[in-house]
Amino acid sequence: MTQLPILSLLTFLPLVGAVFILTIRGDEAIVKRNARHVALWTSVINFALSMFIWVHFDTTTADFQFVESKPWMPAFNIGYKMGIDGISMLFVLLTTLLTPICILASWENINDRVKEYMISFLVLETFMIGMFCALDLVVFYIFFEAVLIPMFLIIGVWGGPRRVYASFKFFLYTLAGSVLMLLAIMAMYFDAGTTDIPGLMVHRFPPERQTWLWLAFFASFAVKIPMWPVHTWLPDAHVEAPTAGSVILAAVLLKFGGYGLLRFSLPMFPDASVMFTPLIYTLSIIAVIYTSLVALAQEDMKKLIAYSSVAHMGFVTIGAFTLTVQGIEGAIYQMLAHGVISAALFLIVGVVYDRIHSREIAAYGGLVHRMPGYSLIFMVFMLGSVGLPGTAGFVGEFLVLVGAFKANTWVAAFAATGLILGAAYMLYLYRRVIFGSLTKDSLAAIKDLSLREFAIFAPLLVLVIWMGIYPAPFLDIMHVSVANMITQIDSALNASTAISVAGQ
Amino acid sequence: MAEIPNIIPALPELFLASVGMALLMLGVFHKTGGVEDIKASRLISLLSIVALLLAVLLVSTLSGGRLPTFANMFVSDTFAVYCKVLVLVGSALAIIISQGFLERHDMARFEYSILILFATLGMMMMISANDLISLYIGLELQSLSLYVIAAFQRDDTRSTEAGLKYFVLGAVASGMLLYGSSLVYGFTGTTNFDQLAAVLRGHGGETSIGVIFGIVFIMAGLAFKVSAVPFHMWTPDVYEGAPTPVTAFFSVAPKIAALALFIRVMVGPFGGLVADWQQIVIFISMASMALGALAAINQTNIKRMMAYSSIGHVGYALIGLAVGTEAGIQSVLIYLAIYLLMNIGVFTCILSMRRDGHMVENIKDLAGMSRTHPMLALALAILMFSMAGIPPFAGFFGKFYVFVAAIEAHLYMLAIFGVLSSVVAAFYYLRIVQLVYFEDLDEALDKSVAPELGVVITGAGLFVAFFFIYPTPVLSAAAAAAAALFAG
Repeated sequence: MTQLPILSLLTFLPLVGAVFILTIRGDEAIVKRNARHVALWTSVINFALSMFIWVHFDTTTADFQFVESKPWMPAFNIGYKMGIDGISMLFVLLTTLLTPICILASWENINDRVKEYMISFLVLETFMIGMFCALDLVVFYIFFEAVLIPMFLIIGVWGGPRRVYASFKFFLYTLAGSVLMLLAIMAMYFDAGTTDIPGLMVHRFPPERQTWLWLAFFASFAVKIPMWPVHTWLPDAHVEAPTAGSVILAAVLLKFGGYGLLRFSLPMFPDASVMFTPLIYTLSIIAVIYTSLVALAQEDMKKLIAYSSVAHMGFVTIGAFTLTVQGIEGAIYQMLAHGVISAALFLIVGVVYDRIHSREIAAYGGLVHRMPGYSLIFMVFMLGSVGLPGTAGFVGEFLVLVGAFKANTWVAAFAATGLILGAAYMLYLYRRVIFGSLTKDSLAAIKDLSLREFAIFAPLLVLVIWMGIYPAPFLDIMHVSVANMITQIDSALNASTAISVAGQ
Repeated sequence: MAEIPNIIPALPELFLASVGMALLMLGVFHKTGGVEDIKASRLISLLSIVALLLAVLLVSTLSGGRLPTFANMFVSDTFAVYCKVLVLVGSALAIIISQGFLERHDMARFEYSILILFATLGMMMMISANDLISLYIGLELQSLSLYVIAAFQRDDTRSTEAGLKYFVLGAVASGMLLYGSSLVYGFTGTTNFDQLAAVLRGHGGETSIGVIFGIVFIMAGLAFKVSAVPFHMWTPDVYEGAPTPVTAFFSVAPKIAALALFIRVMVGPFGGLVADWQQIVIFISMASMALGALAAINQTNIKRMMAYSSIGHVGYALIGLAVGTEAGIQSVLIYLAIYLLMNIGVFTCILSMRRDGHMVENIKDLAGMSRTHPMLALALAILMFSMAGIPPFAGFFGKFYVFVAAIEAHLYMLAIFGVLSSVVAAFYYLRIVQLVYFEDLDEALDKSVAPELGVVITGAGLFVAFFFIYPTPVLSAAAAAAAALFAG
């Protein structure tokens, strides 16, 4: 098939933009302006390109689409292979949507080393898209880990006062997890003789080996998601990262873990996945309840949202391991909804941080009197995070709970308490920041959203309500792939049960 | 009458030897005093670089099959060709980056390049050695030249101390090697690698304890030369004390040669005894990785830090040897090629760290460098990420193939230990990036970077950054080299 390598184009276009920015020379003000514009336009064009892919995406097949394949290291039988299916398609869209938003959100508050900042973001976009599109394990791993480099720099260079600590913790935590996955990838390579992802999905690994491979992959994804108890890097990273860094971190980077579980752990190691399901349930329920309680006690807005992310990701892992259509679709939907909502919430914190330079909840109060537009937008996303029907958050959590109920009533019951706690900490946050009387002097002259800030929130606002009211277009994309995955897992499980029965 | 040996396989060595002696004459008869000294050293280093590059050409014409000569004491095969090219390139780059430093520090004497030339000759002998005697001769030619270069900054106590330390400890190591060789000779009756291999394979499982003893001593000597734990003590002191371009040279060419020798000795004559020596290599590999990762964390001198880093890197390379298979050796060879350019790149960056014309070596002096030297900072960051083994940079692929080999041989514990220590090691590489990018500027480093250093840094940076696009040439060359070692 000789068609345009559109996924490679999508992946590497931001890199071209980054190289272009690197060559900008001249007066400092001009360099800054040009760097911002090049970055914005590159990412917008990339978004348009991803829209084109969406339009041409065939929702009736579970096969990988837009597949490209080139030999890369033929001696090792490792190739450069790209392709997307219903699961990765939506994450690619999420990435391409949020990158221009992030760049726009950094338009005014990043004034130091603008050139380097924009380069980091574009490089980051390349790695993120590449990670979701990769159809070869080694290529996947390279993108997966390369993401650390730009993110490390974004936190470390443009972050808050404890940025060095936070960036090192982020980097080393995630690196420690992923190197074990690297070894597992090699072990899989020797077992199956290939690193081709579709090929590995149909390869049956012996159950006892699955256990070890599963654990190695889990070490990596659990840190990335993050699951309790390896979540501690996340609050630090979020608090210290610049606004746009937090947005990307919460909205896309955390999804790597969930995506990895769905793409690798479940279909490739079904026996081990079933075996470890109780572990996942336990850790997820602890995450949901414990981190919700922790969130309730936070004084720092970003930290609160960071902990709420851990709780929401707990829903994702529960949903994924129910191995039901509802559960898995709910998990994916929850990730997308969380991507949009948490991104918006971090941007909302960023708006007031740009004005007052404080993230302490206690520094605010009564903002509704001076910032009605801001309060309205905050409310929509706050309710989305709570999971109010009619917002994106509801659909995901509902589907997950339905799936969980089918699989295990107790899990569903415990997970549901997370919803209540979620409502508690978000409403409490909202009350303290927005309502009450405006007494603090520093807030007396605070301004409502500017036109640029409205433009940032508008697409997210549309999306969160659209996804809440009419989720079908998104569910349609993933449905065939998810159903196919579950069929494959079931047949693999039946086969191994048959073997163990026959062996007795 | 004795037969005249076939000199074709040893032609590059003979060429370098004659050029070295001719240049020595040229230097001696050149006018002396002040400017003339500098002129002589410039001329001779230029000619040395040309000679080394010509030697690369000569070596590559030999890339046919296995060519033994000099009564089977010397052998040229694809493995030797691969390693010699690496060593020659390393030496040439070292001379290129040295000249400016030598002139600034009033030590621009023509002997410098010639000593490197002779050291390189020794290394090529080591790589091609097919007999314990020729091994020792090559090793000593190399080592003696290195001792002198380490102390080349005569009026600096640190440099002199480094040279002396290196000499004393190096002599002990040579002694151990020699003792081990004599034991092996005593218990097998031969020093020739091919005959040793035949004798030891023919034993049918039972190996005499004397031979094992001999192997252990030989390994101790070789471990010293590659600076693997527990024979690494000299490395930090010598790296710190020696003039910086010399350190750059030490960290690549001799190390590659010694590792190549290590591989040849272990796989060739002692290839039948893998079960006996594998555990030793596993131990020194693990110990080197751990020490390289942990001890570097607290260093404040960047050269000392790089010394520990190089100990760690040797540990990773030794994983491939511990595997002992063709895939394992191939992975070591890939690792060495990447390590060569990565390390030269870093040391060239260190060489361009100057403030008010003086070299600075403290890690803290890098703070805020990205403000004043954006491109140098970018190159250094890429090199550091690569050293840490973060994809998509070349260093990742070096580690990747090594671990692939380890997993293939089911050495899971070694692999897990290796990747975890690479996470620890990532800390101090990241610290450099942190200083360069995150910290604010204290005092600016000198703006100007010498053009030849710029070229080397750019070249190394581009190689490291874009290795992933087309890795096949290095992979297939290493595969051919490894295959040659196992064919015999």
